[in-house]
Amino acid sequence: MTDFAAPRNVRAGTGQRGEWRLMLLMASFCLCYTAVVLNMGLLAASDPTEPVLGGAGGDGRPIRGEITDRDGNLLAANLPAWSLYAHPPVMKNPIQVANALDRIFPDIDRETLLKKLTGKRRFAWIKRPVTPRERQLVHDLGFPGLHFGNREIRIYPAGRAMAHIVGSVRAAREDVRYTELTGSAGIEKHFDERLRDPDFAGQPIRLSLDLPVQQAMRAVLRDGMERLTAKGAAAVLMKVRTGEVVSMVSLPDFDPNAKPIFFRGKAEDSPRFNRAAQGRYELGSTFKVLTAAMAIEAGIVNAETMMQTPSQLKYGRHRIGESHRMPAQMTVEDIVVKSSNVGSAKLSMMLGTRRFKDYLDRLGMFDASGLELAESAKAKPLLPPYWTDLSSMTISFGHGLAASPIHLAAAYATLANDGKLVRPTLLAGPQPEGEPVFSKETSREMLRIMREVVTRGTARRGEVPGFEIGGKTGTAEKIGARGGYDRNRVISTFASVFPTSAPEYVLIVSLDEPTDRSGRKPVRTAGRTAVPVAAEIVRRVTPLLGMRPRLAPISDGPYTLSTGIE
Amino acid sequence: MIRHGFALLALTIIAIAGWAYNVNYNTMTAFDRVRDLRSEIAAEREALQVLRVEWAWLNAPDRLERLTAQFAPQLQLVPLVPDVLQHTAVVPFPSDPEDVIEIAPVIDREGLVPVPAPRPAAWRSE
Repeated sequence: MTDFAAPRNVRAGTGQRGEWRLMLLMASFCLCYTAVVLNMGLLAASDPTEPVLGGAGGDGRPIRGEITDRDGNLLAANLPAWSLYAHPPVMKNPIQVANALDRIFPDIDRETLLKKLTGKRRFAWIKRPVTPRERQLVHDLGFPGLHFGNREIRIYPAGRAMAHIVGSVRAAREDVRYTELTGSAGIEKHFDERLRDPDFAGQPIRLSLDLPVQQAMRAVLRDGMERLTAKGAAAVLMKVRTGEVVSMVSLPDFDPNAKPIFFRGKAEDSPRFNRAAQGRYELGSTFKVLTAAMAIEAGIVNAETMMQTPSQLKYGRHRIGESHRMPAQMTVEDIVVKSSNVGSAKLSMMLGTRRFKDYLDRLGMFDASGLELAESAKAKPLLPPYWTDLSSMTISFGHGLAASPIHLAAAYATLANDGKLVRPTLLAGPQPEGEPVFSKETSREMLRIMREVVTRGTARRGEVPGFEIGGKTGTAEKIGARGGYDRNRVISTFASVFPTSAPEYVLIVSLDEPTDRSGRKPVRTAGRTAVPVAAEIVRRVTPLLGMRPRLAPISDGPYTLSTGIE
Repeated sequence: MIRHGFALLALTIIAIAGWAYNVNYNTMTAFDRVRDLRSEIAAEREALQVLRVEWAWLNAPDRLERLTAQFAPQLQLVPLVPDVLQHTAVVPFPSDPEDVIEIAPVIDREGLVPVPAPRPAAWRSE
């Protein structure tokens, strides 16, 4: 028994130490479990991530954002593609390779290719980009030393219809792993940062444009341009309330998916030149509406005020005349409806140059239009270098100040939008309300006068039953080769608003050097050229915009067909 | 007793070791699978993207315009212009539904033009 007792005593001595060890063990276990639990919690709490689309290698790098129209139709998108490069030192027989590649890519010059492959270079680009079919053909050759790098190609599915708006990209940095594309024109350039921003990956830029409307407007404008043998044309369709550009066409146009063709000649005649947003033209008598609105707004006159309109107005050694015979006195309304230069010049003089300039400034005629295109930022209206009273007089009927059709559309939209300033935009969505330039009463009055222009004035061919089009024609002679104006080369413009009782859209149609040869004598006035084209655009485009004609009410008595069926 | 205890402990340790080994390999296969699935998803997304672009390409306005012109005889489409819209009241409603057959070619020929009926009374008496 004692044998047992003694060790028990010993154990009793070590008992304290054993307990301490146990505690240590338990503590370390607790620590381990806590670590495990924490880790599990962390795993459970973290968000599961899904890999985003990468290039062909799926390395998850962000790709350039897409551009869509207002209904989500793709206007610019990416396609994964490849670039072909070579390591010449690895090649067994460079001449054989060059011959084979020449058969696959007929657009590569065989001599330069041979020089690349037989030289001392260790690396050479062969073709960028390469389509899947070409890639397969090169793979089938099975030559060593030919490699494919990832790259993206930018595709513009809408083609020519949106060519001027979406713009273009070019490869800024090329690498065998990827290619960095940067915008070089249009929306692509203006929103380059936003399109490349990884934070916006998967969120396309939604434009205010409507692809079907754009296509229809382009088709009508193209037909009109061909019929009138014009060398160019531009049209803008803008929402009055928001300034959203629903359609903007510039002809001639180009295929954005094809390789750019070098254009020989003046930049303004290039197909790449955006006549609607970039081109600045003297927009002629369409300015008379603005001048009259200013005079009425300033309270100097009203629509019924009688004005003396002599056939010529002298200012120093300059004379302002009319394009056709006018009565000796007219109301302000008739000055617009019959398009009197003298009357407009007199109105601008009654306003005074300072007030006239102030109104033009508030209408945005002195600044770039603010449209989200790289090109339009540079297209500030061309103003006279020294603004004299004579400048005010000529600008009052649209000569001496050259602005883009977008500027004109914005000014007309401002007038129609109860006089509140409209800023043109290419992005879909509501805009903040602009500050008032004209009063609501002036706006109503001018819309009524513009309607008169179509019902009894210079734009009678612009009538489309049920849409209450109102507008103003403008025929501006171009500056000839020897200076001065050239009678046979004109820019004819029709600026319109519809429906005038509740304005929804502003439509500007501008033709460069049109001639109507349907009659005995060739006619170039806007009333015979731009106006019928605009009317046809309204007829084609309104159903696509969901507008219905306001039909003449059915008057007394039941109506039936003249068929004899009773 | 203690000996048995040790034996039991040893067995447990072996069992746990086996389990841990198994879990380790399961985890590794799971990781492999996740990687495979990820690249599969990326590939599917890429395919989706290509198809989406191709769909937009096939619906390109110029192409549709060309096709509608090419198949115009089969499609028999007319441009939607405001002229085709009219008041419902203009549509002649025959008193007898059977007359539709009779009236259809007339609409085709004459179009829908509102003209006053000669005598409202005659209409009502019908």
